[in-house]
Amino acid sequence: MEFLLYLLLVFMIAGSIIAIETRDLLSSVICVGAVGLGLAIIFLLLGAPDLAIVQVVVEVLSLVLLLRVVVMREDVTIAHRYRYGEVFATAVALLFFGVFIMLAAVAYKQMPAFGDPLLKVSQNYIENGLDRVGAPNLVTAVLLDFRAYDTLGEATVIFTAIIGSLVILRKRGRIRHEGNEPHS
Amino acid sequence: MKGMSLIVRTITRLLAGFILVYGAHIVLYGHLTPGGGFAGGVMLACGFILLVLSFGKEGALEIVSENAASAWDCIGALLFLFIALLGFTGRYFFFNFMGKGTQFDLISAGTPMWSNIAIGIKVWACLFLVFLMLAVFRMRDEG
Repeated sequence: MEFLLYLLLVFMIAGSIIAIETRDLLSSVICVGAVGLGLAIIFLLLGAPDLAIVQVVVEVLSLVLLLRVVVMREDVTIAHRYRYGEVFATAVALLFFGVFIMLAAVAYKQMPAFGDPLLKVSQNYIENGLDRVGAPNLVTAVLLDFRAYDTLGEATVIFTAIIGSLVILRKRGRIRHEGNEPHS
Repeated sequence: MKGMSLIVRTITRLLAGFILVYGAHIVLYGHLTPGGGFAGGVMLACGFILLVLSFGKEGALEIVSENAASAWDCIGALLFLFIALLGFTGRYFFFNFMGKGTQFDLISAGTPMWSNIAIGIKVWACLFLVFLMLAVFRMRDEG
């Protein structure tokens, strides 16, 4: 179990690095999909089928969207050479990465053990959730009864984002009127 | 955007119904089995995206047009808020005012099931709109 988790983690890290470094957009998109599916398997192994279902479905949807939208547009392959400023920026980034890893290692020792959450209220949900809500799926009971405010906020965020982008990308605004020409 | 080949269209005709029914099942049984409004809504959106991709824009937009999807989005969001506000008939915001019913029945546990349905409608319309905006609207410009 532990070994399988580490194997999947290595697979996901490798996929992420390949997705960033490869030149081909199609390979990059497929690597992102592979990373997401690895995360779904990890959720399944850790006993969170709700999360695994959401992860798989959202991953498939985003993969289809990226393939249909990104790869169809043929603006790829930017020639790339390392210049002096970029080398400096990379060195600074690596330095801060090292500092972050050191501080994270210090902080990691303070954290509670894996699978032993600090939040003791979750034990109360597990013990009394079925009696108080009546829903056998405790995830739904927490999402839509105990913590329904959070779900409302999340729904509002999605709603606002979609309506906003619909307003920006809508059909009517894309017709060019006189005096509305793009700057040359 | 044109549709795809005859093979893809035939397979889609066979499969799309199953995908949509499974999505509806995930939404409706979200309070009993793993899943819920969000996952089921994404599955429903995936079914519709499959229809758009295989039958082309016109075939799928006859079922749900852009304006209808936008309206369903608003209906889902307002329905969720309405269920939350109905809690004031009991005591407070998001109060589970319905009876709990028999455990493990389909209609049980009060509001979570109806909230799941509202979220399912909302997420389905949202993600379908995302696909329409990103893929179909852009294709229209490019001819």
